[in-house]
Amino acid sequence: MNQTSSIFPRSPQWESDGTHRIPFVAYTNEELYQRELERFFYKSHWCYVGLEAEIPNTGDFKRTAIGERSVIMVRDAQGAINVVENICAHRGMRFCRERHGNRKEFVCPYHQWSYTLKGDLQGVPFRRGVKQDGQVYGGMPADFKTSDHGLTKLKVATRGGVVFASFDHEVEPLEDYLGPTVLKYFDRLFNGRRLTILGYNRQRIPGNWKLMQENIKDPYHPGLLHTWFVTFGLWRADNKSQLKMDAKHRHAAMISTRGQGGKAAQVTDVSSFKESMKLHDPSFLDVVPEAWWGKPSVVMTTIFPSVIFQQQVNSVSTRHIQPSGHGAFDFVWTHFGFDDDSEEMTLRRLRQANLFGPAGFVSADDGEVIEFSQQAFESKPFHRALAELGGHEVEDTKHMVTETLIRGMYRYWREVMEAT
Amino acid sequence: MRIDFEDYFALTQLYADYAAIVDSGKYDLWPDFFTDDCIYRLQPRENYERGFPLATLSFTSKGMLKDRVYGIQETLFHDPYYQRHIVGSPVVRKADAERLECEANYAVFRTKLSDASTVFNVGRYIDTIVRTPAGLKFASRQCIYDSEMIPNSIIYPI
Repeated sequence: MNQTSSIFPRSPQWESDGTHRIPFVAYTNEELYQRELERFFYKSHWCYVGLEAEIPNTGDFKRTAIGERSVIMVRDAQGAINVVENICAHRGMRFCRERHGNRKEFVCPYHQWSYTLKGDLQGVPFRRGVKQDGQVYGGMPADFKTSDHGLTKLKVATRGGVVFASFDHEVEPLEDYLGPTVLKYFDRLFNGRRLTILGYNRQRIPGNWKLMQENIKDPYHPGLLHTWFVTFGLWRADNKSQLKMDAKHRHAAMISTRGQGGKAAQVTDVSSFKESMKLHDPSFLDVVPEAWWGKPSVVMTTIFPSVIFQQQVNSVSTRHIQPSGHGAFDFVWTHFGFDDDSEEMTLRRLRQANLFGPAGFVSADDGEVIEFSQQAFESKPFHRALAELGGHEVEDTKHMVTETLIRGMYRYWREVMEAT
Repeated sequence: MRIDFEDYFALTQLYADYAAIVDSGKYDLWPDFFTDDCIYRLQPRENYERGFPLATLSFTSKGMLKDRVYGIQETLFHDPYYQRHIVGSPVVRKADAERLECEANYAVFRTKLSDASTVFNVGRYIDTIVRTPAGLKFASRQCIYDSEMIPNSIIYPI
């Protein structure tokens, strides 16, 4: 029974050196998925863990995940941010059960091993045994050193109030990891202002985690799937657009500036556009340009593998991808604002948040299409998806009619996954 | 303040009618349960209890509810599903001549075509209900849900 199956291949059969045809098995194979976890989430990459504003005070912590591993982001007495793995050094228990809170130390309830906020082991009950009748019974061996048994500490990088971490202490500096092209758009959004947290949305999407990266690297679908965008004239084919990638093509920015001239109908060319359709309450689209935007009104930044930074007019958020097996991921949205926002601007950001998230006018359907793609991939793993809009190449463009960013991501994926 | 039987009957009728309509697929009738300057919020319990203002959906006028209905019917691509609300008896927290402040637990089951019924969204309504010439209407309905993970998406009104 070891002949190769033509229906259920064990490895992706790419049709060429290119990445314009993506084997379904890349989304369905558990072994490949484990290699992705290892190579993208646990080694040589930075993963998103949160925003500094989520843990403003000493002892504040937030529990989150990198890949499938539970981690805790915590601010220590010196004000530094540490990220430690949520696994007790003793019996391996995931000791931290709250998702947020404030602690002076971490204590595993099982045997009361305690750790500093930096993750150093500080207390082991009965370490020196029990004295009874002048004798010492039990205890840890004489050569047991607490310094050998801290929590797993991650390397941490913060920039503009955003916290990244890596299990890999050899990882390149965050700025090099993002690369100058994408860093520019990162710094545009996170330009040093203090952030304020507006809240969370959490959804579990039954699809492979890469599909969410691809969704936000795909400017082909918004004007077609998201008919709400089109119906109310928010998406127009004359929007000035750019697609940019880092040198390795793993990260990208989709940059768009709302078209101004002409009637929307003439430039939309999409049947779902209804000129007569008006919102009953136009305040959903009460867009007020902000000084920090510069020109673009929309910049969607995909940081491989774990996060998407959203600026859709006045709505800004981080979207955290937490994979759970090859066929599902948790998608956590953190909406935020800025310290200097007026009350009106905060209300505006919250109102525009109705467009996004698991029930949003233009985001709920993203989760749906991902689910139905995954269903098909599972049933026909020998087949492949097309990403040929705009050709077979990987290149930055000044238009949206291309799937170049998806091809770029898979070029990188192949480089890393096919390396021995 | 105590409310009389007539009021309590009208209140339970409102809750039952609301559940019947949002489960019936006749979403056009959903906004009529609300006042013109109503509030409708679907919010994770986490945000509600931590004082974060973000809601999964947050509407502040009947017009917005009508826009949502249009989105459900015309623009939001989604897997078709049935939903079924089970709503507990309302607890009346406050009542006076103009308004009632009430709460009720709810559970919503979702059934997709060719699939089993599953628990979809579970939480608590926190309501302000006002007396109008057309009967009781929601001035505010907040759906504060316990469900930690939305199973992909929520399309229809809770």
